[in-house]
Amino acid sequence: MSTTQQIRVGADIGGTFTDVALDLHGTLYSTKVLTNYTAPEQAILDGMQVVTEQAGIGFADIDILIHGTTLATNALIERRGAKTALVTTEGFRDVIEMRTENRFEQYDLNLVLPTPLIPRKHRFAVAGRLDASGAELLPLDEARLQALAGQIAAEGFEAVAIGFIHSYQNAVHEERAREILTAKLPGVPISISAEVSPQMREFERFNTVCANAYVRPQMQDYLTRLQSRLKEQDAQCPVFMIHSGGGLISVETAIEFPVRLVESGPAGGAIFAADVAARFGLDKVVSYDMGGTTAKICLIEDFTPQTARTFEVARTTRFCKGSGMPISIPVIEMIEIGAGGGSIAWVDAMGRIQTGPESAASEPGPACYQRGGDRPAITDADVVLGKIDPDNFAGGAIALSKPAAEQAIAKDVGDKLSLTPLEAAYGICEVVDENMANAARVHAVEHGKNVSENVMIAFGGAAPLHAARLCEKLGVDQCLVPQGAGVGSAIGFLKAPFGYESLASRLVGLSDFDVDGVNAMLADLRETAEKFVRAGTDAPIKRDITAFMRYRGQGWEIPVSLPDRVLTQADIALIRDGFTANYARFFGRSIDGLDGLEIEIVTWSIKASDEVAKQTPISVQTAGTTICAPHMRDVFDPAKGALVPSGIVSRANLKPGDMVPGPAIIVEDETSTIVTSPFDAVIQSEGSILLTRKGV
Amino acid sequence: MAGLDEIRMQVMWNRLISVVEEQALTLLRTAFSTSVREAGDLSAGVFSPDGLMLAQAVTGTPGHVNTMAEAVLHFLAEIPREEMYEGDCYVTNDPWKGTGHLHDITMVAPSFKDGQLVAFFACTAHVVDIGGRGFGADGKSVYEEGILIPIMKFAERGVVNRDLINILRNNVRESNQVVGDFYSLAACNEVGHRRLIDMMVETEMADLDALGTFIFDRSRAATLERIAALPVGAWDNDMTVDGYDTPIKLVAKLTVRDDEVNADFTGTDGASKWGINCPLIYSKAYACYAIKCVVAPDIPNNSASLAPFTVTSPENILNAKRPAPVSLRHVMGHMVPDLVLGALAKALPGQIIAEGAAALWNIHISVRPQDGVQGRRAEVLMFNSGGTGARPALDGLAATAFPSGVHTMPIEATEQTGPIIVWRKELRPDSGGAGRLRGGLGQVIEIAAAQGHEFDFSAMFDRVNHPARGRDGGQQGAAGVVELDDGTKLRPKGWQHIPAGRKLVLKAPGGGGFGPASERSEDAIQADRAAGYVTGKPT
Repeated sequence: MSTTQQIRVGADIGGTFTDVALDLHGTLYSTKVLTNYTAPEQAILDGMQVVTEQAGIGFADIDILIHGTTLATNALIERRGAKTALVTTEGFRDVIEMRTENRFEQYDLNLVLPTPLIPRKHRFAVAGRLDASGAELLPLDEARLQALAGQIAAEGFEAVAIGFIHSYQNAVHEERAREILTAKLPGVPISISAEVSPQMREFERFNTVCANAYVRPQMQDYLTRLQSRLKEQDAQCPVFMIHSGGGLISVETAIEFPVRLVESGPAGGAIFAADVAARFGLDKVVSYDMGGTTAKICLIEDFTPQTARTFEVARTTRFCKGSGMPISIPVIEMIEIGAGGGSIAWVDAMGRIQTGPESAASEPGPACYQRGGDRPAITDADVVLGKIDPDNFAGGAIALSKPAAEQAIAKDVGDKLSLTPLEAAYGICEVVDENMANAARVHAVEHGKNVSENVMIAFGGAAPLHAARLCEKLGVDQCLVPQGAGVGSAIGFLKAPFGYESLASRLVGLSDFDVDGVNAMLADLRETAEKFVRAGTDAPIKRDITAFMRYRGQGWEIPVSLPDRVLTQADIALIRDGFTANYARFFGRSIDGLDGLEIEIVTWSIKASDEVAKQTPISVQTAGTTICAPHMRDVFDPAKGALVPSGIVSRANLKPGDMVPGPAIIVEDETSTIVTSPFDAVIQSEGSILLTRKGV
Repeated sequence: MAGLDEIRMQVMWNRLISVVEEQALTLLRTAFSTSVREAGDLSAGVFSPDGLMLAQAVTGTPGHVNTMAEAVLHFLAEIPREEMYEGDCYVTNDPWKGTGHLHDITMVAPSFKDGQLVAFFACTAHVVDIGGRGFGADGKSVYEEGILIPIMKFAERGVVNRDLINILRNNVRESNQVVGDFYSLAACNEVGHRRLIDMMVETEMADLDALGTFIFDRSRAATLERIAALPVGAWDNDMTVDGYDTPIKLVAKLTVRDDEVNADFTGTDGASKWGINCPLIYSKAYACYAIKCVVAPDIPNNSASLAPFTVTSPENILNAKRPAPVSLRHVMGHMVPDLVLGALAKALPGQIIAEGAAALWNIHISVRPQDGVQGRRAEVLMFNSGGTGARPALDGLAATAFPSGVHTMPIEATEQTGPIIVWRKELRPDSGGAGRLRGGLGQVIEIAAAQGHEFDFSAMFDRVNHPARGRDGGQQGAAGVVELDDGTKLRPKGWQHIPAGRKLVLKAPGGGGFGPASERSEDAIQADRAAGYVTGKPT
C-alpha cells in the first residue's frame, strides 16, 4: 500500500505540548494536548481520540503510527536516566570526564564544566587493548570481567555501557565483554559503542554509548507500555519511531538504540519544511523555526535536510558550543540559538542591547502576560511595535498588556540608553533578528552555501512575526509560511521516509586505495542500513553513499558523493575530482601546486531509504488580486524606521490568489505573519502564505 | 528618530564580530597544522585603515589577544600605502614583529571597496614546521630555530609569490602541510574581506569610520569604568619556575591608576641561553588576558578596550631581544597569568584563582623503526593539560588548559598519525592542592612506541621542581613528574630518547588549593573519596 493510501497518525511529544496529526487520504486533522510527564502515552491516546473523532474513524482504522519524542533528550538534560555502569579500557577511565581539556568560555574564570553522565565510581576499567588498525595488542582480561559482572549485579546497576579504545575498527573485545556480562546479568540491557556509534574519537563515542545505556531502561518501559496501551484501545497498527536523522525505525530498534531518538522532534520540523519544499519544487531552502525559547535554522537542498555525524545535546551554559555532551549519530543538522518569543532582552556593559539566551518561558512569561514577569521579552517588543494585537492574541484567549510591555522595556533597556519604549523595542527586535541572520549566514558559509539564494520556509509560533525582517537582512526574496505551522513536527512525521544511515570510520588514502576492501566494507554498511529499512517497508530502496574527505593533515572533512555500484580502480580519479571541486566550492580555492599531497577518506556513510513517490510540484504564485484590508493599525516598519499604517487581515478570510500588499499583518489564532513594507503576501493554491519581495 | 542611529551602530558592530568569526572558522576548517585545527591556536581580526583593531574573533587563543594587533602596525610601517593593491596579502613570522616565535605565521590583507582602502584583515596560525631544529628548546639563537620571513608580499594583485613558496618548500619538513597552511591563512582573510564588502554594500556604508568611532568610544568607556572600580595602588608578586637547566625567578609589579593597569616585569631573571625566552609582545598578551579575565571579561577585544592595559619591562626572559632563541616561548608565556594574578590577589584579596599547572604539557614525538626493522617514521604532537588552581568558590578544573585556550586531541586520532601507543591518559588522583576549595587534578599519560619502533621526544614541561602554590592558606598542587616506567627520572626539557620496549610516563601537575584545608566541607571530602579524586594514600 502506498503511503498516500494509508491512514497515518503522527505524534510528537514536546516539552509542553503533545501534538497529534492524522492524515486521512490527504486530509489533515491535528490537535495539541498538554504533555503528560508521568504517562506520556496517555497524551498520545487523548490526542488520537480527538483527531480520529474529527476524521470520523476508529483506532482500528489507523494503518501506521509515527512517533517522535523529547523524552530521551529530557532524560539526558535533567539527568533522570538509569543507574549505569561504564566498562572501559584500562588507562581510559576518565575519557568522558576529561572531555577535550578545553574551557568553552575563554574569559570566565568561574567556569563550571558539565558533569559526566556516569560518575567516576561507576566507571570500571578492564585490561585489553587494540591498536589503531584493530589488531590486538593485549588480550581482554576475562577474569576481571567475570568479577566485575558480580559487582555490577550486587550494586544494582540498571544498565551497562561498554566502550573500548579503537572498537570502531574491531568490535571483538566489546562483543566478548557483552557476552560475559550478559551471562551474569540477565535483564540488564548492555550497549556497546561499536554498535551504537562506530566512529573514531573516543570521547564522542564513549559518551554516545553511555547516553544510550543511560536512557535505555526508561525508553524501553515507555515504548512497551505505549504499544500495549494502543493494543488495548484496539489500535493494532505498527508503531514506528522518528530518529534524529529524520527517518523511521522500528520500535524494537528504538528500544535497543534509544539515543537515536534524541532531537527527533526538531527533525520532524525539518522534514515538514522539506515536504513543503518538494510540494513547490524548491531545491534551495532554509527552514526557520522559532518558538518560545530557541530558533532553529536548517538548510534543505533538493528537498533533503542537511545532515551531520555528530551534535551536542544538553548545553548547560547559554547554548555555548562545548558546554553540552557530544552525541555521534547521524542527525539532521541545524543551528539552534537562544532566540525565541520568551527570550529576555538586557543591556551589557557597553550599552549594547542583548537578547537571550535566558527565557521567560511560559511561567512567568513575558511582561505583557502580566503573570509576574517584569523583564522584557521579545514578545513584549513585538507588542510595543504593533506586530501583535494585545486584545487579539491567541484568538483573544489571552489578554496582553501593552503598558506592562512598555514599562518592562523602559526599565531594562530604554531608560539605560535614553531611548523611548518604541525605539528600544525596535532595538530589541533588530538585535534578535540580526543574531538569527548572523547564525544563518555563518551556518550557510560553513557548508559552502550562500543563504541569499534560498527560499525561506517559516514555522513555529514566533517565526512568522520575524521572518520578513530576517529575509530583508539575509537578502532572501521569498518566504513561505505554510498552514499547520504550529504542529509542523507532527505533520513532518507523516512525511518521513523509512530510512537509516550507517557509518564507519576507516582511513583510506587515494594513493593506496584498496578497492576490494572498500567494496567489502560498503557492502556491510549497505546490509546494515537496508536491514533497518526492510523492517518497515517493502518499497524500492534508494541509497546515498558519501565519503567524508580531506587533505591528509587536515582535521575537517567535506562530503563527496560516491556512485552507488561496485567501485573500480577507474573510480579513484572520479573521487579525487569530486573532492577538489567540492573543496574549491567550500573554501574558495583548492590547493594547487602541491605534489603528492595525499587526499584521504576518513568516514563512509550509506543512507538507505524507501523511495518517496515524487509529487508533481506546484509552482509558486507571485502575483494575485490585491485585496483591501478591512482594518488598519500603526505598526513599526524596520526598513522605514517608523510607525506606518498597516492593513490587518485574517488568514481565515483569505483565499488562494489573494494578494496582501505590505506593510500588513495576516493574523490567525496561533501566530501572525508580518508583511513588512518591502514585501507583498500572496496566498498559494494550497493555502501557504508567500512573502515575496516587491519588484523582484 | 534619534535612537535609530544608535541601534543601527549596535547592529553593525554585531555584524562585524560575525564577519571575523566567519574568518576564524574558515581557518579552523582548512588548516593542516594540528595546533590550529585541533587546538585552536589561531586568531583573526579586522582593522581600520590606520591599523587599529576593530574586532577580533572569539575563536582563538589568548596568546594572540593583542600580539596580532601590534603586528598589523609593523606591516603598515613597512609596506607603503601606494604599494598596496587589491588582491594583495602580506606575511611575516618575525617573532618580534609577529607573535613571538617563528612557527606563527601572520598574514595581513588590505580590503578595498570601490578602489578605496576600507580595512585590513589579519590572521595568525601556528604551522607544523618552520625548519631549523624543529619545535624545541635546543636552539642557541633564533637563527637555529628555522626560516625567518621578513614582512613581504605573499600575494600581489591575487598572484602568489612563487619564489617565497619555493624557498619555504625547501626549508621546512612536511612542506606540503606548511604551504597548505599559508594558503589557508590567505583564504581566511579573503573570506573576511568578502563578507565585509557584502555588509557595507547592504547597509550602504562607504567606510568604517563612524562605526569604528562608535566601537572605540563604547569599549573605552566600559573598560575605564571597570578600572575605576579597582583599588588604586601598586602590588607585587614573584614566582620561581623550572626553566631549562636553572630555576627562573619571575617578578611582576601591578600598578592600578585611574585609567590604566600596568604590569611591569622589572626584577625578572635575564634571558636563558635556551629557547624558552619570550618576546615582550607575547608576555604582554598573557598579562592582558589574565587581567581582563578578572576586570573586564565581557568586553570584546579591540584597540580601545585593550589600550588601558599596558605592560613594560627591561630586557629579561619576559622581554627577550633578538637574536635570543624563542621557539618554546609559550612555556614562560603561560606562567605570566599566574604571576600577574598573584599581584592582583593582593589588590583584591579573596577573589583570585590560585596558581595552576599553567604551561601546557605538550609533547612532540619523533618515532622511527628500530634498526633493521620495517616500519613507519612519524612526527606526533600531543597537547595535554594539568589542573587549574582552585577558585574562591569552586574547586579547580581537572586536566583543563588555562591560560591557554587549546583542546586536546583524541587518542584514537593520535595513534592513527604514527606508530605510538598511548597506554594511559587519565586523571591523577591526589594531585590537586588541598584547601577549602581543592585544586584541579593533573593527569597521568603513558606512551610507548609500537612494536619494532623507538622514539625521541622534545620535553617542554614546567612545574616539575616548582609546583603550583595555593592561595589564602590552600596547599600546593602536586609537582609534575617525567620518568620511564621503571622509575628512571628524565629531564623536564629538551630532546630525549625512549628505547624500544619502555614507556614514557608523564604526570602533569595539579592546581593549588584555595583557603585552609581544615575548612573543606564534609560533603566535599566524602565526594572526593567516593570518586577517588583523593585516595588518602601517601603520594
